[in-house]
Amino acid sequence: MALVVNGAEVATDEEGYLEDLSVWTPEIADAMAKEEDVDLSDEHWDIINFLREYYEEYQIAPAVRVLTKAVGKKLGKDKGNSKYLYSLFPYGPGKQACKYAGLPKPTGCV
Amino acid sequence: MATKKFMYVNRKAPYGTVYALESLEVVLIAAAFEQEVSLAFIDDGVYQIAKGQNTDGIGMKNFSSTYNALGDYEVNKLYVEKESLEERGLTADDLMPIMWEDEDEDWAEKPSVRIVSRAEMADILAEQEVTYSF
Repeated sequence: MALVVNGAEVATDEEGYLEDLSVWTPEIADAMAKEEDVDLSDEHWDIINFLREYYEEYQIAPAVRVLTKAVGKKLGKDKGNSKYLYSLFPYGPGKQACKYAGLPKPTGCV
Repeated sequence: MATKKFMYVNRKAPYGTVYALESLEVVLIAAAFEQEVSLAFIDDGVYQIAKGQNTDGIGMKNFSSTYNALGDYEVNKLYVEKESLEERGLTADDLMPIMWEDEDEDWAEKPSVRIVSRAEMADILAEQEVTYSF
């Protein structure tokens, strides 16, 4: 599967995750979101940026439970709950947000 | 689901075989199911959490920083066998300072690595309900 961003093809796997994590750009995230009829807001970007920092530091995509707790700590308790995260990423904060962030599918993601 | 005591025993060097990485991935999956998870590092397994790992020359992903994420998964009991360190000329200072944050104490950082003697390790292993050996 391939996504076309600014006229260039970007390789993704059958579930839409980037084949090569190093090619990620914010425009790719926008293009992935558009395919799913999502307009990325600042609130989406808070989570996407958080995931990218987490991956940079630990080399893994966090499990949803870990993401929820860590977001609560970093962005405030009102955001550290699954209701808030699912309102932003209805297909599952782990799967959908990690995909936009250019990360692999979270380990142990169900 | 009842909580069980899961122990993952790591005896092999981090690179060269897939055991260390596979073990770490299984640990992260099991921890997502909120089990009580401990890790043991014995024999060459102690190198898995050694400081300053560099895989540039061998074309493998350096996954050592992932051990620092274990605290987020509430995995904060990393038992390291003292004799295994000594036999390799290593001390506690050669290991990564892996920490966890205690939510109940305002996220106070606490060490996850616990160095235990061979005899203590035997007792710890005997207490487990499920043991995986990697």
